[in-house]
Amino acid sequence: MKSLAELSAIREKMKEKVVLREGTGETRVVVGMATCGIAAGARPVLNAFVEGVSKAGLTDKVTVTQTGCIGVCQYEPVVEIFEAGKEKVTYVKMTADKAAEVIERHLKGGHVISEYTITNYQL
Amino acid sequence: MKELSLNILDIAENSVKASATLITIEIAEDEETLSLSVEDDGTGMKEDFLAAVTDPFTTTRTTRNVGLGIPLLKMEAEMTGGSFSIVSRHISDCPDSHGTKTSASFFKNHLDMTPLGDIVSTIVALIQCNPDLDFVFHHQLPGREIALDTRELRSVLGEEVPLNNADVIVWIKEYLSEQYSD
Repeated sequence: MKSLAELSAIREKMKEKVVLREGTGETRVVVGMATCGIAAGARPVLNAFVEGVSKAGLTDKVTVTQTGCIGVCQYEPVVEIFEAGKEKVTYVKMTADKAAEVIERHLKGGHVISEYTITNYQL
Repeated sequence: MKELSLNILDIAENSVKASATLITIEIAEDEETLSLSVEDDGTGMKEDFLAAVTDPFTTTRTTRNVGLGIPLLKMEAEMTGGSFSIVSRHISDCPDSHGTKTSASFFKNHLDMTPLGDIVSTIVALIQCNPDLDFVFHHQLPGREIALDTRELRSVLGEEVPLNNADVIVWIKEYLSEQYSD
């Protein structure tokens, strides 16, 4: 059974890491979560990124968050990846499986998966 | 939407955009009905906007947070013989008690009932993306209830650990899942 005591333990553990977390957010994974995105399947994509980033041990480097409608509703679920010093990458028609691939090849490996990007679909 | 839990996520996003600090999500079920509500302390809507808010065609993109989300929920509720309501008090009219409450009720046995679906994922997604807001979740089922209040978690975690810390998110997900599987 989950208890609040476990949260206390997480807090204790994080105390040691707080100093290291100064650089948090070098990379931002932003999932479109307006009505269009949600209806198209953004929620499982978001959760796949949250779980995958955690499993890959990237939580100190990668922040997963949301935005509203970016205006390309027909390509939802849309995921934008912002990395310091690099051009934004926009992945479209995302799924949980594609998210796992993006984590492995892009976030870990540093290679943009161009066949999933919006430039491959345009416009 | 394929699941009511996705509608709930969508409606709660309206609250986020309305600068809410506390969002309360309640679901109550018995054998035949399901009612849900999303209530926030955001800026609220003025009367003329509120009157038009269930009409998808009166919406413009520049008018902030509303589009198809509200009409979709209304339609899904009414398709089952249920009902929909939205009440709101704008910050300029009610500086001390502003906010919006969106409610819908459903007849579960109707052919056109949309299943609730994965509500745990909805709650987790909301907290992940809005760690500075507080969420109260309460789901009343026959003979049991599921509850989460991020204000309680925050008081244990202190200021230095955000609610969307990876370990905390995993904890929240398991905490809710356990309550459903008991």
